[in-house]
Amino acid sequence: MKRFLSLAGIALALVLTGCDEPIPPGRGVYMLMDTSGTYTGELKQAQRIINAILARLDPGDSFAVARIDTGSFSEKDIVAKITFDDRPSMANQQKRKFRQLVDDFVRKVKPAAFTDVTGGVLQAIEYLNEKNPGRKTILIFSDLKEELKKGYKRKNIPLQVDRFSVVALNVTKLRSDNIDPREYMDRLEYWQTRIEEGGGRWRVINDMDRLERVLGD
Amino acid sequence: MQLADAFSLNSPASWVLWFVVLTLAMYFARIPAHRVILTLTRAIYRALRMSSRSVLRAAEKLVQRNSEVLLAAGREAAERIVEREFERVDAGVRRDLSECPTLNRRLSEQVTKMEEDHDQSKVVPPTPPGWVNAVKAVADIDSKGDPMVAKILESIQTSLVKAQEQARNDYRTATESRHQHLKNMIPAWRKAIQLLGQVDGKVTSLLQRTQIIDRHMDEYENIIKKSDRAERMLSSSSLVQFFISLFVLAIAVGGALINFNLIARPMAEMVGGGNYIGGFKVADIAALVIILVELSMGLFLMESLRITRLFPVIGAMSDKMRIRMIWITLTILTSLACVEAGLAYMREILLQDELATSALLRGGDGTSYQVQFQWITTAAQMGMGFVLPFALTFVAIPLETFIHSLRTVLGIATVGSLRGLAVLLRTVGDGFRYVGKALVDIYDVVIFLPLWLESQVKSHSGGVRKPARGQS
Repeated sequence: MKRFLSLAGIALALVLTGCDEPIPPGRGVYMLMDTSGTYTGELKQAQRIINAILARLDPGDSFAVARIDTGSFSEKDIVAKITFDDRPSMANQQKRKFRQLVDDFVRKVKPAAFTDVTGGVLQAIEYLNEKNPGRKTILIFSDLKEELKKGYKRKNIPLQVDRFSVVALNVTKLRSDNIDPREYMDRLEYWQTRIEEGGGRWRVINDMDRLERVLGD
Repeated sequence: MQLADAFSLNSPASWVLWFVVLTLAMYFARIPAHRVILTLTRAIYRALRMSSRSVLRAAEKLVQRNSEVLLAAGREAAERIVEREFERVDAGVRRDLSECPTLNRRLSEQVTKMEEDHDQSKVVPPTPPGWVNAVKAVADIDSKGDPMVAKILESIQTSLVKAQEQARNDYRTATESRHQHLKNMIPAWRKAIQLLGQVDGKVTSLLQRTQIIDRHMDEYENIIKKSDRAERMLSSSSLVQFFISLFVLAIAVGGALINFNLIARPMAEMVGGGNYIGGFKVADIAALVIILVELSMGLFLMESLRITRLFPVIGAMSDKMRIRMIWITLTILTSLACVEAGLAYMREILLQDELATSALLRGGDGTSYQVQFQWITTAAQMGMGFVLPFALTFVAIPLETFIHSLRTVLGIATVGSLRGLAVLLRTVGDGFRYVGKALVDIYDVVIFLPLWLESQVKSHSGGVRKPARGQS
C-alpha cells in the first residue's frame, strides 16, 4: 500500500517537476575470503554467507567473490563475479551458476601462505568503482591478520573508500589474541581507522544471525 | 552621589522611593494613560469585530454560492432523471402502440368468433310437423268398440308417438348443438379477457410511470423555486453520496493495489528489474502506469456509454463517433486485461523460480519447487488479472459522484470554518474590550493611595470627583 501510494505520489511529482538527477541504481557487493592457513576451515561459513547474499540481491546488482592470498591485488584472485541481468528469471539462473562456481572453489581451495588483506580491499575498491552501483559494500571474511610476503608493499597506502560500507565478518580470535586481547582490539582498531580515514563506514559482524543487516542497512 | 544611591535599588528604602515616585507619576498621568489603554483595546476590539463581520459576510456569500451550485447540480440531476423517465415512457408507448394493431386484430377475431357462435346458438329448434294436431284430433275420436276403428286409431297413435319422439330427439339435438356453440364461446371470452388484461397492464404501467414523472417534476419545480426544502434535501443527499462514494473509492483503491501487486513483479521481465527513475523501479512505475491507463480507459468507456458525464467533449460527440469510441476503449481494455492475465501467469512462474533458487541457496536440491494444486492459484491470479481491469472501469461512477459531492462538502466545511472564525474573532474582540476595562481598574488599584487622598480632600472641600472611566 505504502509503495503504491509512494509511486502514485512520485508519478505526480515527476509530472510536475520533471525528472530529478538520477541516482545510481542497485547495489555492488565485493566479498573477500581469507584462504590463509587455518582460516580455510571457516570457508563453509563463507559459503553460507555468499548464499544468503545471493538470495538478497536483485536484478541489476553486482556481486564478486575474491580470495585473499599472498598477493590479492589481482583479477586472478576473483573467484566469481557477475552483474545480474535486469530480468528476474535470468538473474535466478545466474545466481545458481554463481553458487556453483563458489562451491567448486571451496572444494578445491588450497591454503595460502600469506594474507594480503590490503591488496584485496584495493582490488574491491577498483571493481566497485568501475561498476559504480548506488551502494558499495565490501565484505571481508577474515581474521584481519595481515601477513605480507617479503617485498610486498602495502603500508601507508590510503584506501579511497568514500561512501563505501566495509563489513568485517567472522573476525575470529587467534591463539595469540587469547593471550593478549589487546592484539585483537588493536587489529580491529587499525582497520577501522584505515577505513574511516578513507571516508568509509566500518562495521564488524561476528554474529552470523545478524547477517541480514549486512545488506539491509 | 547620595541621590544616585537612593535610586540604585540596593536597599528597601530605595524600593520605597521608587514606588512613591512611580505612584505619583502614574497618578499624574492617570487620565491620558486610561485614554491610551481604552483607545488601544477599543481599536483592537473594533478591528476584530469588523473582521468578524467581514468573515460572516464572506460565509453568507459562500452559503449563497453553495446554494446556487447545489440547486444547479440538483436541477441538472432532476432533468436527467425526468429525461430518462420520458425516454422510458417513450420506449414503453412505442412498444405498446406497435403491439396495438395486433391486439386489436386478435380482439376483433375473438369478437367475430363469439358473434358467430352466438348467432348459431340462436337457431330455433325444429317445430313438430303440422299434421300432428289433425292426427291427434282423429286419434281422440272414440272407437265405440269397432275393432277396425280401434286398430286404425291404435296405428295413428303409434305413428303419433313416433312423430313426437322424433320431434323430441330433433329438439334435443338442436339444443345440444346450440349449447355446444355457447360452450365454444368460453375460450374466446377467456382470450378476450386475457387480451384486455394485457392492455390494462400496459396502461397501468404507463400510469405508474407518469406518477413517477409527476414526483420528479414536483422535485424539479421545488428546485426551480429554490425552496428551502429542496436545498436541504439536496444538501443531505450530497453528504450521503459523498461518504458512500468515498467508501466505494476506498474499495477501488484496494482493488487497484491488488492489481498492482499482481503485475509489478513480472513487469520486471518486460522493462527490466534494475532500472530506476527517481529512486523507483521502472517496473513498478510501468505497472502503475498500466493501472492508470486502465482507469482512464474505464472513464472514457463510461463516458462514451453516457453513464457518467465528466467530459463534456465526449458527451457532445455524435452517436456514431461515440460508438466508435466505445469499441476502441473496450478493445484497449480487453487487450490490457489479456496482458495482465499473462503477467499474472508470469508472476507465478517467477515466484516458483525464485522459490527454487532460494531453496537451492539454502542447501536444498534445487529442483523445481512444486506445490500440489498450484494450478488453482495460477488460474485465480490469471482470472483476477483479467477481471480487475474491467471491475476498475466502474470506478468512474463513484468518482463522478465523489467529485460532484465534494464541491458541496467542501462548501459546507468552509462555511462552518468561516463561521467558527467569525465567532472566534468576535470573542477575542470582546475579550480585548474587557481587558481594557480591567487594565484601567488595575491601574487605579496601583495608585489607590493618591486616589484615596484625592477623594478625601475633595470630600472635605465639598467637590465631587468624576469617575475615572467616565473621563475617558
